[in-house]
Amino acid sequence: MIFTDKSTKKLVPYVTGGIVDGWADYVCAFADNGADAIEIGLPFSDPMLDGPTIQEASDRALANGTTLDGILRDLSKISVEVPLIVMTYANLAVRAGFCDRLAEAGIRGLIVPDAPLDEVGPIRDAANAAGLDLIPLAAPSTTADRRREITASAQGFVYAVTVLGTTGERDALDPAANALASSLRALTDLPVLLGFGVSTPEHAAAAVRDADGVVVASALMRRLMDGAGPDALGAVVGNIRKAI
Amino acid sequence: MTIMSEPAGLGRFGEYGGRFVPESLVPACEQVEAAFREAWVDAGFRAELHELLTVYAGRPTPITPARRLSAELGLTLLLKREDLAHTGSHKINNVLGQALLARRMGKRRLLAETGAGQHGVAAATASALLGLECVVYMGERDVARQAPNVRRMRMLGARIVPVGTGSRTLKDATNEALRGWVADTAEAYYCIGSVMGPHPYPWMVREFQSVIGTEARAQVETVPDLVVACVGGGSNAAGTFTGFADTTARLVGVEAAGGAAMTNGTPGVLHGYHSMVLQDENGQITEAESIAAGLDYPGIGPEHAHLGAIGRVGYATVGDAEVVEAVHRLARTEGIIPALESAHALAWIIREAGELAGQTVLMTLSGRGDKDMEMFE
Ligand SMILES: Cc1ncc(COP(=O)(O)O)c(C=O)c1O
Repeated sequence: MIFTDKSTKKLVPYVTGGIVDGWADYVCAFADNGADAIEIGLPFSDPMLDGPTIQEASDRALANGTTLDGILRDLSKISVEVPLIVMTYANLAVRAGFCDRLAEAGIRGLIVPDAPLDEVGPIRDAANAAGLDLIPLAAPSTTADRRREITASAQGFVYAVTVLGTTGERDALDPAANALASSLRALTDLPVLLGFGVSTPEHAAAAVRDADGVVVASALMRRLMDGAGPDALGAVVGNIRKAI
Repeated sequence: MTIMSEPAGLGRFGEYGGRFVPESLVPACEQVEAAFREAWVDAGFRAELHELLTVYAGRPTPITPARRLSAELGLTLLLKREDLAHTGSHKINNVLGQALLARRMGKRRLLAETGAGQHGVAAATASALLGLECVVYMGERDVARQAPNVRRMRMLGARIVPVGTGSRTLKDATNEALRGWVADTAEAYYCIGSVMGPHPYPWMVREFQSVIGTEARAQVETVPDLVVACVGGGSNAAGTFTGFADTTARLVGVEAAGGAAMTNGTPGVLHGYHSMVLQDENGQITEAESIAAGLDYPGIGPEHAHLGAIGRVGYATVGDAEVVEAVHRLARTEGIIPALESAHALAWIIREAGELAGQTVLMTLSGRGDKDMEMFE
């Protein structure tokens, strides 16, 4: 179980592993500023579902020589209480022993955006065998039947994607987002978190009117790449915490 | 059972294939699959496609015996002339099929990725013909090295989106086209240019390209000893092989040495499908590097991975220098300037000629070389 209850709204900030030396300090700063869990991006060369900000973050991390080993080594040097979740693409997730290594390093959940319901089975089996939750995504275009199947097999939480599109900051929260969150909440007892384009405390506040929480990624990564340090980015997370 | 039949389950050719796309794209893939299944058994659709292939694209393309080169090589070389199809390559076969499908589905816009620009030109052409908008994603490096095709696409009314991420070639153009599609599934149809991508594309594109193999099988008097085609994503080869997979002919696919997913790759997931891909020890996709933009691709269609695994098709590689030589050789002996991509098949035949003495070799000449002339200056 990644979250023990649904009585409070969940905040899950994201950081691309290896984006800068000392990137794990951002994980600590997020934890210190009210994060309920932290999503760590394991960079992939071909991030199909990511917009320009996370693409650039991934490129920078890979240019720094980031590997799974390196990320797990950096994480072993910090200690945070909140669950850590890894987000990466199928080509990395299907590699032999992948889930075991995450689990050994204390990771609690896995998100694989390009492994839909029909393809995720083997990855979920490997994740579960290692003791990881496999967190599924659902989109505004997901049919009612699939929403039912996705929620029925979901673990950890359900990641509701606010838009038909890639990750990236947006001016406004898509109206489809809250409707999707409500429909998913009616199908599962697990928390439903909205992510993709949740860019401001106002967006987050609007999202949690119908969702159990939010995932915030691009808005943080843009500031990080513009030079914001752990304290500054922790403060941004803190402001979103207050808003929800 | 025939060897190149319909894939099982969710687009499985043996263990390869599948539909590794975000949930947000699943409904769009399902709609394309349903529409294709319906259209492909609809005599009206087949007749309309046949009509366009005939009166517009110039099919059937002939088989030309390469007499002087055959004499030099000591074998009988037959060229299936896809270079003579409208727009100058086999890409038009697939695009006419998909553009008709897009119109039938009520879509307004075709999205396409392109490497050499041949698929982009074909997509722009079919869009103009059928009154669709066309957006072509192309790596910045390819925009620079295939400038004549960029000009052609613009003249045909397509909007070019240069892609500046990653290796700035076909791989990155494909990522960006997929991203563009996720955000635009209601109005846009993603017209993939080869036997790759999520199910149903590898199967559908092969079916649209099977016209090459079907025609060739009917055009040759006897089954050739050997059938050879170049392989980027693998569409001209797959289309050709459909006509011969169930015969005694030996089948060979020729990859660029710098983009040889079959020869140097390992199993992985790229662009929505599970196949052989070029990747490093950490699972990061590596950049292909070939003189032929259309073969500069780190993956290969899943059906090829399967045909290789079961041993029905052999895969070989040739390097840039042999390819350039092969272009010159065909130009001087036969008066045909092949595309750099197509010249890969020829370069392999020239290299192996000693072993192939006396055999009849059918080669698919997938496209013409006009687009490459700047590379020879
Ligand atoms: C002339 C020509 N041949 C071959 C290819 C490679 O594609 P495929 O392997 O799908 O036939 C291309 C791709 O751009 C091309 O333009």
